[in-house]
Amino acid sequence: MTALADAASDGWVVTRRNLIKIKRLPDLLIFSTIQPIMFVLLFAYVFGGAIATPGVNYREFLMPGIFVQTVAFGAGITAIGLADDLQKGIVDRFRSLPMSRAAVLVGRTTSDLINNVFVVIVMSVTGLIVGWRIHDGFWRGVAGFLLLFLFGYAMSWISAVIGLSVKSVEVAQSAGFIWMFPLTFLSNAFVPTSSLPAVLKPVAEWNPISSVVLSLRYLWGNAPAGAASGTGFPAQHPEWLAIGWCVLILLVFVPMSITRYRRAASR
Amino acid sequence: MGDAIIAERLGKTYGDLHAVRDLDLAVPEGTVLGLLGPNGAGKTTTVRMLTTLVTPTSGRCAVAGIDVVAHPDRVRRLIGVSGQYAAVDDYLTGYENLEMVGRLYHLGKRRSRQRARELLERFELTDAADRPAKTYSGGMRRRLDLAGALVVEPPVVFLDEPTTGLDPRSRLGMWDVIGELVKAGSTLLLTTQYLEEADRLCDDIVVMDHGRAIARGTAARLKAQLGGERLAVAVGDAEEVATAAEVLREVGVDEPDVDPVTRSVSVPIDRGTAALVEAVRKLDAAAITPTEIEIRKPTLDDVFLTLTGQPAEDQGGTE
Repeated sequence: MTALADAASDGWVVTRRNLIKIKRLPDLLIFSTIQPIMFVLLFAYVFGGAIATPGVNYREFLMPGIFVQTVAFGAGITAIGLADDLQKGIVDRFRSLPMSRAAVLVGRTTSDLINNVFVVIVMSVTGLIVGWRIHDGFWRGVAGFLLLFLFGYAMSWISAVIGLSVKSVEVAQSAGFIWMFPLTFLSNAFVPTSSLPAVLKPVAEWNPISSVVLSLRYLWGNAPAGAASGTGFPAQHPEWLAIGWCVLILLVFVPMSITRYRRAASR
Repeated sequence: MGDAIIAERLGKTYGDLHAVRDLDLAVPEGTVLGLLGPNGAGKTTTVRMLTTLVTPTSGRCAVAGIDVVAHPDRVRRLIGVSGQYAAVDDYLTGYENLEMVGRLYHLGKRRSRQRARELLERFELTDAADRPAKTYSGGMRRRLDLAGALVVEPPVVFLDEPTTGLDPRSRLGMWDVIGELVKAGSTLLLTTQYLEEADRLCDDIVVMDHGRAIARGTAARLKAQLGGERLAVAVGDAEEVATAAEVLREVGVDEPDVDPVTRSVSVPIDRGTAALVEAVRKLDAAAITPTEIEIRKPTLDDVFLTLTGQPAEDQGGTE
């Protein structure tokens, strides 16, 4: 139990250190906010008229998709931050201290989560401006945001493994994000899965991104009518599928990144 | 007194490369050991093994009586490490850097803050305490990094090339700081490329080359092995060379080396400047005004020339 308490307290010390960096170098935060705003505006006004979403305004349909895409990309920052720390001497300092071995990772994923919360707040305001609303009450609204952050946090740990596996910050900058394009586009985030070719449809329906997006649409009352939301188990129980995905991701990638951190830093 | 740092047949290989091979060390408590050698000699790898950062591939090592590989966490509580590349967070202020290290040693909030302020004062960084470390000069960063290693006043301190890349004034400042640390009773292991630094700071020196210890002993013993200082004289006229050689034979302790091409003569001496003064008087009496006259102190290159027959080249790669 003390090991866990140490990991939490050391993790918080590292989190604070990372947040100070965001405060003194706000560029990263600003750019990670501009990108999703750009996506909202481009999709809402360029594709908005061309994509059919029966029973719901496309902008309402779009926002949960953009939210999920945003936290996924926000998690990509974890890879850059870790690669940066490893390249500099600071990890040597950390490793020579009697601190928890998990603290650097806990601190990094926690500060990236806080970063994500900030970006989501800005996104919500943008969404409200273009006409998106939460229709089904306060608590369902809160539940949606909690699921969104849980998913972002889980994605951070995948990103951590990438950051610990690459050799430089430059590689982390592309390796941390490139896989997210197929992941987020091969989903229901921007178009209803019913419009996809038969081969891609099951892939998109079981995609973790789709489960989270669909859960948000259900929770917030942004879902299209009928089969446009998909079919079968992923469409009927997206919340359970989404939570299951997050737990699975954490179970696999938390131990994997801790092992990698130990190895990456002991060469 | 026991040995604070012990290494027995310690080795680390990276593939086919032997970064460190069969290294034996024993550093008695309260003394300073210098690992002297060029880049790539295995100094940094040795420090990284002793400080739990790298797992050895062979042999064993212990710090303060605790096996480093078996109990890295217990060792980490007892050591302070300051690296070749200052392990300082650029975006944190000097104060925040030290406070963070204190918190990670689990000193608690109050004690960490107090310690940070004490160390900033001791290392003359109080004025810069609230500036991000990236605005610091090279010397200030090194001092901050060293302060980070001393937050818990650890009994064993490792300094990896503490003055490499510093300007001469910062180097002198660093030497003073390290000198005080030694006076306070810490056991110290430091690595350096400079014979002068090892001479000034260390009780014992281990000379490393290609991952092996090739010589060890006190600075005085190593210098004696090298023949110590030489007096070198160059003259303007070829006819003066023989007279100059005669004078140097009288003041030196061995036969002088004569180079007729550069019209220079040099001889080993054991009286330092007294030999120089005597030589100047005798040359003057012989109506010779040398174009150059100097005392040459042995350098790391001389150590390596004597020990290996090769200059200390940059071997790169492993560090």
